[in-house]
Amino acid sequence: MMELLRAPLRFVFDRAEQGLGLIFPPEWNPMLNLGALGFFFYWIITASGIYVYAFFDTGVTQAYDSIEYMTHDQWYAAGVMRSLHRYASDGLIVVMLLHFIREFSLDRYRGVRWFSWITGVVVLILVYIAGITGYWMVWDQLAQYVAIVTTEWLDHLPIFGEPIARNFLSPDMLESRFFSLMVFMHIAIPLIALILLWVHLQRVSKPRINPPRGLAIGVMASLLLLSLIHPAVSQGPADLARVPGTIGLDWFYLPLYPILETLPGPLTWGGAGVILVLFCSIPWLPPMRKTPVAEVNLENCNGCTRCANDCPYNAISMRVRSDGLPFESEAVVDPSMCVSCGICVGACPTATPFRRASELVSGIDLPERTVADLRQEVEKICQPFKGKNRILMFGCNHGVSMSGLKQENVRSISMRCIGQLPPSFIDYVLSKKFADGVVLTGCSENSCHARFGARWTDARVARERDPQLRRRVPRERLRVLWAGRAGRDKLDTLLRNFTDDLAALPAEKSPVHKASERKKLMELADG
Amino acid sequence: MVRLLQFAGQGVFYAMVAVLIGYFATTPVYQQFPEGMAQLKLSFAHGARREKACSRLTSKEIAKLPPNERRPNNCERKRVAVHVQLDVDGTRLLDALLEPIGLAGDGPARIYRKFPVEPGAHIVIARLRDSRSTEGFDYETRREVFLAEGQNIAIDFKADAGGFIFR
Ligand code: HEM
Ligand code: SF4
Ligand code: SF4
Repeated sequence: MMELLRAPLRFVFDRAEQGLGLIFPPEWNPMLNLGALGFFFYWIITASGIYVYAFFDTGVTQAYDSIEYMTHDQWYAAGVMRSLHRYASDGLIVVMLLHFIREFSLDRYRGVRWFSWITGVVVLILVYIAGITGYWMVWDQLAQYVAIVTTEWLDHLPIFGEPIARNFLSPDMLESRFFSLMVFMHIAIPLIALILLWVHLQRVSKPRINPPRGLAIGVMASLLLLSLIHPAVSQGPADLARVPGTIGLDWFYLPLYPILETLPGPLTWGGAGVILVLFCSIPWLPPMRKTPVAEVNLENCNGCTRCANDCPYNAISMRVRSDGLPFESEAVVDPSMCVSCGICVGACPTATPFRRASELVSGIDLPERTVADLRQEVEKICQPFKGKNRILMFGCNHGVSMSGLKQENVRSISMRCIGQLPPSFIDYVLSKKFADGVVLTGCSENSCHARFGARWTDARVARERDPQLRRRVPRERLRVLWAGRAGRDKLDTLLRNFTDDLAALPAEKSPVHKASERKKLMELADG
Repeated sequence: MVRLLQFAGQGVFYAMVAVLIGYFATTPVYQQFPEGMAQLKLSFAHGARREKACSRLTSKEIAKLPPNERRPNNCERKRVAVHVQLDVDGTRLLDALLEPIGLAGDGPARIYRKFPVEPGAHIVIARLRDSRSTEGFDYETRREVFLAEGQNIAIDFKADAGGFIFR
């Protein structure tokens, strides 16, 4: 059911990402920096907010006048700041909603990821409240509309003895205390949101909080230009003795106001309740298959910390050795934070298929599909694998689809994440002549479902991150493609070209099979 | 060359986003109230009489009560509903019985209603009954008002101030 909703959304996001990929370098792609852009907008809002606050007067008439002063008399400074404040707030809504829908479409909200999701939902609500109180403070005609519709809506709840909308009945009933409350809320709520954002990121390691400089400059420059060309202005002073006919609504923050105003209270409150419950419960809606989390096998763990460094969800901590083996520390998995991506397995130096003498048990492994299982699959799928230019492809369940491959010479194995594949497998496949070439593929580079699968794989293959791909592996027999779901065309092209390239390579020497050499390899892999 | 084209593309993208944000930050404008109309807003919160008058307790009855609850009167908390009417130029815009709020029905009766009216002069009559009687009204105010286009007049009620207040 949810998948029916996610699939088209994912398609749109993939296409958008691809389209933007044409004009942005991969690192700068805005679609891959939505959370970071959210933070960037937040900082702009904070800085401009502090500046504007210095000139803001609290009070029924002073508020509007002080903002008029900023906009007109000091347009070059406070006016620009006001515009930045408004437009960055609108930008925040845009990137936040996109981020929200994208995380949903990528299926990154279930299981232990509920944590980021739920804190995200609370932040979403707080950002809206912050925006609404912001518009309220200006006390122009829009503010009047916002104040009246908001209080009328709250009055549908049977909690206030006297309707609070009565505070805005007529000019003589208006009091400054409401402004003080708004100013207080407008400062306190974004601060609470910031604290929650910090919590939001507790379970993602190395989060991208800052957008790459190029993107940040571009965004800042366009906001500045917009502020200069089309400054934010007020919409005439509020006057409770009048009903403003038309008003300019901010459709990012207030799109629901016309609905709140026209539909009956039970319906709008009921609707809001249903949406809230839905948002807060989707992490737990079926199908809720919890895959077994990564498990450490202490006998095989030497405390190298690689798994802890590579885990994208902070699920592994290194603790003091508990079993008396002569190593400093041991890896410990927190099951409540592990998403079973297997990236730690790909990081573990003991997860090497060359190990024959002892049973192949990795220091850390996914019980559902162990490294030993994986080796067996490789051997099975390649036995017999006849013909020329045989390609074995490793991919993931979330990236480009590998089903229905047309080429006879290509076979594939799909994993939870490509990061689960220890680089020694590539060596294994090629040196043992299981295939003539290896392709690694998966999600698109910066939107890996498990965040770092593609990134760490790249780094391991490039010998920049442990465990490194061994030097002896012929690079011309390896291809890596981060294509994402929409990248099937790219994959087909790559496979065709790779086949041709393999055909053009000179024949290889005989495979490594001597016992002595195998032993040496094992030692290397273990050590 | 490709780099240049890329930068140009980014420029176009930023411009599009900026236009989008700049546009939807205030437009399209929203007609929240019909052009060429005015508005009367009737709103008050008023506690009516209790449904039953307090009865004097006999000394026997008082003696039966626990010491900390002894009192001379027994008052039921529930209030009667407030009956309110609003006529404009002889047309009845509102005729409502407002039940008291609160679980025990002991709170004030509340109303907050808006009525769009043509601009111009109108005769407004507001009536309210908050007593235990079943007919007639305890308060009635007749007022000639003039409403300009887009003007909003609030009709409040305060028993202490003698009844309806036009603001
Ligand atoms: C101002 C608002 C927000 C900001 C600044 C923000 C920022 C971020 C950042 C920086 C990350 C880490 C991304 C990475 O490095 O891979 C993240 C992750 C995440 N966000 Fe948000 N976020 C916001 C609102 C939301 C909302 C409204 C939701 C949805 C309810 C949400 C859901 C998530 C989820 C589920 C993840 C975890 C992704 C994963 O498990 O891989 N966020 N957020
Ligand atoms: S399976 Fe993934 S989330 Fe779980 S511990 Fe390993 S790297 Fe971390
Ligand atoms: S990567 Fe393997 S050996 Fe290293 S700490 Fe983790 S489980 Fe232990």
